[in-house]
Amino acid sequence: MAMLRPAGDFDRSYEQDMALLRQPWHYWLLGISLLAAFTLPLWGDAYLVATANQIAYTIIAVQGLNILTGYTGQISLSQAAFMLVGGYASALLVIHAGLSFFIALPLAALAAGAIGLIFGLASLRVKGFYLAFATLAAQFIIPWLSRHTFKEYLGGANGAIEVPVPQLGGVNFGEVSNYLYISLVALLITTVLMFNVSRTRLGRAFVSVRDNDLAAELLGVNLFAYKLRAFFIAAMLAGLAGAIKAHSQRGVGTEFGYGLNESIIFLGMLVIGGLGTNLGPFLGVAFIVLLEDLSDLLGGVLAAAFPELSSQLLTSFRPIFFGAALMLFLIYEPRGLSHRWQLLRAGWRLRPFTR
Amino acid sequence: MNWPLVPQQFVTGILNGGTIGLIALGIVLIYKSSEVFNFAHGHLVMFGAFLTWWFTGGGAEPGAGLIDLPLWLAVVAALIVSMGIGLLIERFALRPMTGQPLLAIMLMTLGLAQLFEGATAVLFGVELKSNFPAPFSPSDVLIIPFPGAFGDAIRLKYTLVATFVVATLAAVVFIWFFNSTKTGLAMRATAEDHEVARSVGIRVRRVFGLSWGIAGVIATLGGVLLATVSGVSLNLSTVALIAFPAILLGGLESLGGALLGGFAIGLVQALVQASRLIEVRNSSEIAPYLLLLVVLLIRPEGLFGQKRIERI
Repeated sequence: MAMLRPAGDFDRSYEQDMALLRQPWHYWLLGISLLAAFTLPLWGDAYLVATANQIAYTIIAVQGLNILTGYTGQISLSQAAFMLVGGYASALLVIHAGLSFFIALPLAALAAGAIGLIFGLASLRVKGFYLAFATLAAQFIIPWLSRHTFKEYLGGANGAIEVPVPQLGGVNFGEVSNYLYISLVALLITTVLMFNVSRTRLGRAFVSVRDNDLAAELLGVNLFAYKLRAFFIAAMLAGLAGAIKAHSQRGVGTEFGYGLNESIIFLGMLVIGGLGTNLGPFLGVAFIVLLEDLSDLLGGVLAAAFPELSSQLLTSFRPIFFGAALMLFLIYEPRGLSHRWQLLRAGWRLRPFTR
Repeated sequence: MNWPLVPQQFVTGILNGGTIGLIALGIVLIYKSSEVFNFAHGHLVMFGAFLTWWFTGGGAEPGAGLIDLPLWLAVVAALIVSMGIGLLIERFALRPMTGQPLLAIMLMTLGLAQLFEGATAVLFGVELKSNFPAPFSPSDVLIIPFPGAFGDAIRLKYTLVATFVVATLAAVVFIWFFNSTKTGLAMRATAEDHEVARSVGIRVRRVFGLSWGIAGVIATLGGVLLATVSGVSLNLSTVALIAFPAILLGGLESLGGALLGGFAIGLVQALVQASRLIEVRNSSEIAPYLLLLVVLLIRPEGLFGQKRIERI
């Protein structure tokens, strides 16, 4: 990480150089935030727990998009469709193959990754927004297939099937306060994965493809192989997030969203959080989810005040707030919230020499 | 294939394609002059339709509405307002983005689309407005004898024929404007190279503003045409999603290609509905995208686009 370090702060071993947690306060921050997250059902109310659960699985999907769009620079408009694949794969494995949810979950992630590879093949031929259109096609074709093919398995025109509640050793995960732990553990695993992908050979190759693909190819990075790997990881994480979401909502299908709109919102979350940073997905997802809750709250208050306009007031604040936030961030802080955080940290360290 | 249906679907598809082509034209116009791919165009289309509907009285009883204009005057008023909206978008949303990477500009137009979606819902309501004042009633049908077709004739609604004529005429006029007038030439020069255009005295900023203004006009025109066929609703914005395959098929840089691509997409959508298989008939909403994937894999630059040559 290209951070300026104060004089006297140097590493004595390779392990120290590669360590993610290098200061005592890193351990404190990590410990406190993990403790807060894992004890949330004990002290938080139902709204807080449900929101934390939603934020956790959304972060996983956005982390996948971050690998593909943030690190590798391939614009993708199909993250929600890959979530749908993961959700269906997990649900079908549990219902028809009788597998336990905890075995179906990684298998669903792999299934979504495989579908991602198929559409990633388009990146062999096209790039830039031509690739965006190829993924746009995926975003239309996958939900359409789920509505019009294999109707007895995928729910047909209703666009939804019921998903059973996961059980493990007598613990019922139907309660969101129990289910939160599944999301949190998955998020913890993917976060460690992300940190390690971004600082190893794989991540450096991704960044070189993003910054200049021709130069990367000259340096011996196999463009196609690395683009496919990025597509695979992105779709795999989307599938994982989709499977978690499906079992959390106890249903999966186009009735529950998974449309182009969600894919756009994922991209917006990523940009607002900060493209190509590991902190970005956390900040961006939390910001947008809380903004959506705020807009629902505001819409509800206004709808109560003007009952004859309630249908339009309830639905219109989300897109307005999201669109406005995205546009303002793109104009005034295109590097996102994580860049703000970096500035804040630098300012704190260099105090009193900062304004 | 259900052959007796094919002639009818063929003609209907071409007629529908005119409007798709006109909408695609607006996107290509902006792309050519400023290299911005406008994902919000569909929402401009929808907003234009709502504006026109509002100017005609907004569904209130005749004389009771706030503004109560005849259709043609309402269209003119909506065109003027949407031109202003186009100029505002260029000034406040896209100009700060000059020089930003592709993803940022793309997301800017996506953000605009979300904003328009919400704003339209707040201003005009979310339900379908089926009372758009159409110049023809749905029962006005043109019957062309065609032996071998279903019922030995092709039936065409006047509305559909009229929208086709207006859309094609408008598209031809805009293509003529772009290729032959002085302003149009200035826009083409800007598209070629900003710096060279400035050095010969073209005001590049004014050209950007102008192209967004014209795109607003084209969008509203397309919106009015769609509204006469299917009524005014928030769903009108999704038609632009079908215009994207049309653009890629025709080639991003080609105005004529956009129009032809629109015809092709309209044709594909109509022809799959002539199939005997229910699955194929249902696929009319994704058939354009399957075509898009084929185009991307075989000829990414489209039929009339420029092949990109990369230099290091």
